[in-house]
Amino acid sequence: MALTPPSERIWWKEPIAKIELTWILIAFCWGLIMFFMMIYWHGAGEQNLSNETYRIKPEVFAERAQAMIDEYTVREEEGFPVVRPPPGSDVYLIARLWMWWPILELEKDQSYRLHLSSLDWQHGFSLQPVNINVQVHPGYDLVMTIKPDVAGEYGVVCNEYCGLGHHNMVGKIYVVE
Amino acid sequence: MATATEFRTCPNTGLKVDLAAERLIKANAVVAIVFLAIGGLFGILVAFTRWPAVHLLPADWFYLALTAHGLDVLLVWIIFFEIAVLYFASAVLLNSRLAAPKFAWAGFVLMVVGALITNVAVLQGDSSVMFTSYVPMRAAPNFYLGLILFAVGALIGCFVFFGTLVVAKAEKTYEGSIPLVTFGAMTAAIIAVFTIVSGAIILIPTWLWSYGLIPDIDPVIYKLIWWGMGHSSQQINVSAHVAIWYAIAALVFGAKPLSEKVSRMAFLMYILFLQIASAHHMLVEPGLSSEWKIFNTSYAMYLAVLGSMVHGMTVPGSIEAAQRKNGYDRGLFEWLRKAPWGNPAFSGMFLSLLMFGFLGGISGVVMGVEQINLIMHNTLYVPGHFHATVVAGTTLAFMAITYVLVPLIFRRELILKGWARLQPYVFGIGVAGNSLFMMGAGTLGVSRRHWDISFADASLPFDYPAAAFLMMGLNGISAILAMLGGLMFVIVVVGSVFFGRKLGADEKVSLGEVAGSGRAVASYGSSDTIKIPGTAVLVAIFFIAFVLYYFVNWKYLSEIWPMS
Ligand code: HEM
Ligand SMILES: [Cu+2]
Ligand SMILES: [Cu+2]
Repeated sequence: MALTPPSERIWWKEPIAKIELTWILIAFCWGLIMFFMMIYWHGAGEQNLSNETYRIKPEVFAERAQAMIDEYTVREEEGFPVVRPPPGSDVYLIARLWMWWPILELEKDQSYRLHLSSLDWQHGFSLQPVNINVQVHPGYDLVMTIKPDVAGEYGVVCNEYCGLGHHNMVGKIYVVE
Repeated sequence: MATATEFRTCPNTGLKVDLAAERLIKANAVVAIVFLAIGGLFGILVAFTRWPAVHLLPADWFYLALTAHGLDVLLVWIIFFEIAVLYFASAVLLNSRLAAPKFAWAGFVLMVVGALITNVAVLQGDSSVMFTSYVPMRAAPNFYLGLILFAVGALIGCFVFFGTLVVAKAEKTYEGSIPLVTFGAMTAAIIAVFTIVSGAIILIPTWLWSYGLIPDIDPVIYKLIWWGMGHSSQQINVSAHVAIWYAIAALVFGAKPLSEKVSRMAFLMYILFLQIASAHHMLVEPGLSSEWKIFNTSYAMYLAVLGSMVHGMTVPGSIEAAQRKNGYDRGLFEWLRKAPWGNPAFSGMFLSLLMFGFLGGISGVVMGVEQINLIMHNTLYVPGHFHATVVAGTTLAFMAITYVLVPLIFRRELILKGWARLQPYVFGIGVAGNSLFMMGAGTLGVSRRHWDISFADASLPFDYPAAAFLMMGLNGISAILAMLGGLMFVIVVVGSVFFGRKLGADEKVSLGEVAGSGRAVASYGSSDTIKIPGTAVLVAIFFIAFVLYYFVNWKYLSEIWPMS
């Protein structure tokens, strides 16, 4: 029994049943497949999180974002600037208690270098309804190249708990033809 | 100084039971169940708040209750119970005295005091930081202090366990190698030491930081080390509940492991390939490379997962082999059909095994894929996954063994046997619902730890799809079932401990309802005698489900915006 010392004292010399051995082999190979799948996707897949990160001071990130806002704001919406930066450019999205700033307007099928950082606590960039979720930290500038491929209006929900106003932290991204 | 150890003899097994160990097992188990009740209550409040039609608590209370829920169930309930399991698996199973019971009591007191300090800090209201307490969000200093004291207490418990292994070996209280269940408990205790050290490395500086003594703590490093504790402790839970699966299979069926070697290797995998288990909590974090993420999230190519997949076959396999020996040899599944489904120890254990594997295991591996994590991180999919592992898996297994511990250790007959019979099903179905509906909502994008998914007061409007609201309602309904199941458990167990009929000193306890249960089945286990076709079918179904679900999620991933 499992509750008593093994009945065969030299238990490590007992043979292993074939069925157990088969399962171990299958499970092991499946593990390898799953492991190489992640590597394969870095080459063949189109959805990989960027490894490009810089340390940055919150003030510096805020300044860069402000420069983009000053240059490319096209209109205002509920007190938020709507910014339409040119395709291929560096785009900044600020996370702070409790808003995503500014609203971005991007062109469909164009690439952008999206910078994400927080000015205070951790936040969670949760782009809906596509359901892309990335963690946002203060002091880290995560740069990801994104290429929106469906036009529409997207919500940016905060999905890292960030205090009492957490559930009110919603931003917006437009993708236009 | 050294007082003579007092023993009684267990009428079922003939083992000597150290009365000091017995008292400690009782104390730890009782406190565990009290915190399960408290934490469960918070869980219900949380689930009812997340049910849009009910939306029970105001926002500040919701975040407070969620913090308390995570702490009381994940840390306090589970770890107190694990300490009881450690003492049982060492002193009782090895027929030995417990090493240093006074230290064990000191550890117990530290854990109680620590748990209370942290709970008070949370209830005071300035520590609603979730049990993960990610910096730079700050809790009251006592929040961290309580956790540190609790961890030190648990560490003492682990050392008492190791000490008992040494004592038993030196005093030759058993022959040959330690039993498999004790080996599993040892795995848990070794991982616990690693866990608690990680906890100390991060919580002590954070505590000082909360007083302003340390200027700042890097949020990414914090998470990395915090999850070195947070995730490793899940590996403790797995080791402990797998050990319990084996224990119940042995108690109810007299089942013997198919192969000691394989089962022990599988436990060893948990220790060897724990790696930097925090990796799969950091797959979408900035500042860590993909190479690092891939190697560590797969625990070095899924070798720890391999361990669990092996147990997933050997545990039901050992039951099948025992049942077939007991005469239930017809067809593929007579052994399972004729299993004692009315015995809550067995039904709880088997439901735990099924749900841990099918719901918790598969979802966990899928979510832990570096890229797939992008479509799940911090959505409700995450709590959906871990309610399958840590509630349906660990908690249900702990409940199941409690039905055995009440007569064996507390020496009381169970009251309300009809309730006990039903309890694993009510709780199991409820939790399966919680798990599935939260995963469903997460797939639709719904955020975890979120008070208002209608965004009524948000800075900009946004709507989740209507199906998400439906999922949250169904989750609320499942929570009612889970709550009833939890309540039944607490009433049956606490009632039995205080009011159950006392068992006479030589009264044997009947643990199973199957013929021949409780006695060891004659020797088998060599390669030619094992015949477990039913288990092979179960495992094949599991494997197919796993592969399909895995690739379906790659498909979902391929549909989101291209990014690099
Ligand atoms: C009556 C049974 C239970 C119900 C109805 C329940 C329900 C819930 C719900 C609705 C959430 C909130 C998810 C969110 O908003 O993010 C949650 C979180 C959680 N639950 Fe449970 N739960 C129960 C039992 C348990 C048990 C027994 C455990 C552990 C053994 C557990 C561990 C957790 C943890 C760790 C969290 C995460 C807290 C956080 O995000 O900080 N739950 N539970
Ligand atoms: Cu936020
Ligand atoms: Cu937030």
